[in-house]
Amino acid sequence: MQQSFVQPEFRVKIDYDKCHKCGRCVQQCGWGVYDFNERPVPHDEKCRACHRCVTFCPAHCITIEKNTLAFRDNDNWSTDARKAVWKQAETGGVLLTSMGNPKPYERIFDKLLLDACQVTNPSIDPLREPMELRTYLGRKPDNVEIVPDGNGGFKLAEGAGVHHNIKLDTPIIFSPMSYGSVSLNVHRSLAMAAERCGILMNTGEGGLHEDLYPYQDNVIVQVASGRFGVSPEYLQRGAAIEIKIGQGAKPGIGGHLPGEKIDREVSATRMIPQGSDAISPAPHHDIYSIEDLRQLIYALKEASGYKPVGVKIAAVHNVAAIASGIVRAGADYVYLDGFRGGTGAAPAVIRDHIGIPIEIAIAVVDQRLREEGIRNQASIIAAGSIRSSADAAKAIALGADVVAIGTAALLALGCHLCQSCHTGKCSWGITTQKPELTRRIDPEWGAERLTNLVHAWSHELQEILGALGVNAVESLRGSRERLRAVGLDEQTCRILGVKPAGL
Amino acid sequence: MPYDLNRYDGFAPANFREESPFKIHGGCGLMGICDESGALMSGEVPILAMAVQRDRGNGLGGGFAGYGIYPAFPDHFCFHMMYHDLRAKEEAEAILDRHFLIEVAEPMPTRPVKGITGAPLLWRYFMTPHTHMLEERDVSAEDYVVGVVMLVNSRVDGAFVASSGKNMGAFKGVGYPEEIGHYFRLEEYEGHTWVGHNRFPTNTPGWWGGAHPFTLLDWSIVHNGEISSYGINSRYLEQFGYTCSLGTDTEVAAYLFDLLLRRHKLPVELACKALAAPLWDEIDRMPADAAALMRSLRAVYGPGMLNGPFAIVLGFNGGMVALNDRIKLRPLVAARSGAVIMVASEESAIRTVLPAPDEVWTPKAGEPVIARVAGMEPPFHSQLHASPAEISCAMTAVEAACHAEEVVA
Repeated sequence: MQQSFVQPEFRVKIDYDKCHKCGRCVQQCGWGVYDFNERPVPHDEKCRACHRCVTFCPAHCITIEKNTLAFRDNDNWSTDARKAVWKQAETGGVLLTSMGNPKPYERIFDKLLLDACQVTNPSIDPLREPMELRTYLGRKPDNVEIVPDGNGGFKLAEGAGVHHNIKLDTPIIFSPMSYGSVSLNVHRSLAMAAERCGILMNTGEGGLHEDLYPYQDNVIVQVASGRFGVSPEYLQRGAAIEIKIGQGAKPGIGGHLPGEKIDREVSATRMIPQGSDAISPAPHHDIYSIEDLRQLIYALKEASGYKPVGVKIAAVHNVAAIASGIVRAGADYVYLDGFRGGTGAAPAVIRDHIGIPIEIAIAVVDQRLREEGIRNQASIIAAGSIRSSADAAKAIALGADVVAIGTAALLALGCHLCQSCHTGKCSWGITTQKPELTRRIDPEWGAERLTNLVHAWSHELQEILGALGVNAVESLRGSRERLRAVGLDEQTCRILGVKPAGL
Repeated sequence: MPYDLNRYDGFAPANFREESPFKIHGGCGLMGICDESGALMSGEVPILAMAVQRDRGNGLGGGFAGYGIYPAFPDHFCFHMMYHDLRAKEEAEAILDRHFLIEVAEPMPTRPVKGITGAPLLWRYFMTPHTHMLEERDVSAEDYVVGVVMLVNSRVDGAFVASSGKNMGAFKGVGYPEEIGHYFRLEEYEGHTWVGHNRFPTNTPGWWGGAHPFTLLDWSIVHNGEISSYGINSRYLEQFGYTCSLGTDTEVAAYLFDLLLRRHKLPVELACKALAAPLWDEIDRMPADAAALMRSLRAVYGPGMLNGPFAIVLGFNGGMVALNDRIKLRPLVAARSGAVIMVASEESAIRTVLPAPDEVWTPKAGEPVIARVAGMEPPFHSQLHASPAEISCAMTAVEAACHAEEVVA
């Protein structure tokens, strides 16, 4: 084989004075970095800087460093750009990657600041006062019709009120990650945590493994263009059904699951042959326009006894018009996935260059639905790099009902964002199907960490609400008056509906 | 100086938005009193109740509304008008004359009071709509009146309709409420229901039209508080076509009542539950039917829920409703003395007016105090079909909210 021009990204350094020569690093590394010849010998070119070996080395003698090989400075031809050309010249292929867009595009969340109350309206102490995060996901009527109850009081008129909504104890849910892209133990962890937190996990497009049936009331089942794992039973098991049209990391293209990750269980759950690549079609082949989507929405409602049906789309340029159409087509929620959203596998060129920020998408969709008087007809779920409770609060203030977290959830389970999910070799046992790796996640342990994360963020949301002087999340939702922009241009402020700080 | 032709700079409703595009922050004091037997009480009563609460304001706004005060003209619409100057008066009167049979047109009776300066021209008119015009347009008298209020507020620079109901009127301006009350000679009126307000704006100069109560037709609203959910409340109302242009919480509260009571036909008890919703924990503990109703109310009207500190009194012809925020962050005390029900920011106001009340209580957070005059019709204008945009325009006189020519030519 010809010598590759692409030099290793990282240097694995072992302090052999401290090393126990125990071989745990060899055992822990899923990438095959280490040989063992009386002592561990690293092969730098295989290292993904996932820190599995670092974390589990009993002697703490391993460090991973950047390979600081000097290149001649060139602001135009970054090192990455040069490497990409070399790789493609070697392989002739599309460069695959995973997780979210790492490029230095502007992060609007980091330029928005929240308000707090002083004097004329008091802040509220979340440690001593009720602070409500409960959120109902789904379609709401325009008004509530009531009739006298015969005892001098009132009751809901026949059929009036809110139906087919899902109660969430906090406005944070788990985003879709398919079984196949992640391991069954990850799915189990997510499902158990969803149940404990009173929220939802989402199957993604890989079907619902029977081990998750006990948690089905906390599961959104997804129907994607590949229809993997979709059956009448599957539809009836979910708390809600989601039609996946697009994904923030790869708008306009379908899912990619390499055959290496499709073992017997995945194949049974997805209803596809073992070892075959699962490449979803780019569009749904029964949806070529909005009226087709409407038919699918109602077909799924009919098949499921009128469960809420949501539609997930990637945030792209005309996202407001698309979302409006989706709501008018009968969806109970619109799931918006921003261009920083994660993925188990995507062409780098797509992930890094297509879509728009979630902040913008929330703002324009919420505003459009309000202008059309249909905002109450569907909830908005926002995702695509919600990194903290602050991002969640800002997303909600811009107009989201609920935020969904994927990358943050995987981080809680050990992910170090090495962006190599598509290889199926995840040393943390997350995005792999190799039994010796997947057993690294004990679902009970995973569920506890996920539950901790959701609870921690929920507590922080309560702190934020208290500072804002409101005691229910619906008073923050869409309340852009409570946001101010620092360092955003006037046009962006106008699109976001947010005033610059000082006004 | 009621006939001063120099324009009064503080009175500028038409371009108010340009002057103050920001939300007005502030605190206030308020009161409401209603004799459920329909017996009349002097305007001295609300003056006294507000005078002991003087510290709650800063002299930049005070006002009252009285009901049952014009027994000689119970079926006439009474317009209380504010004018910049005589030109505004002439233009506005031309409009009124075109639309109404004007029974009486007279200057508001006032007396000089120390501390009250710069009053606009204050006039009142007792009128009935031209019946042929109602028939031509096929509209109810109430729609017609709202249309005219809009027309005057939006088209006549320097004219503002302070109140437009039947057998009621608003008396408001820049000053402490007891000064305003004496200026308007309120002790010469008798009403079965009164509301009063004392304003403490923190960042805008007071202007006569901007003092409380806000009114339209028979409604009047006084408000103490700062609605921390203003941002979403106003966006919610905009979805229905209301224009929240003044940036005041009071305006938002008024539109929400209009939406819930008139347009969505909720009984006032439930409207109050939508605006100051019970906690989810409380809802979960209710009997199944009540819980289902409350859950739906809260899920549907969540964006309209008023969050943050407030106390509101909504006056109408036939009673009043007082409402506190959902965790009682602003004061509101209530009392009953015989047939009289009274609410106020401070108990001192109640003890001043009702020295020996049968009962004094602190209404629980979100629990409305409702007083209804026996035998009077349900309060909410069932014949009014005005759109939210028209309501906004009529109440606030902000041109941006108005499409007057579409309503009344």
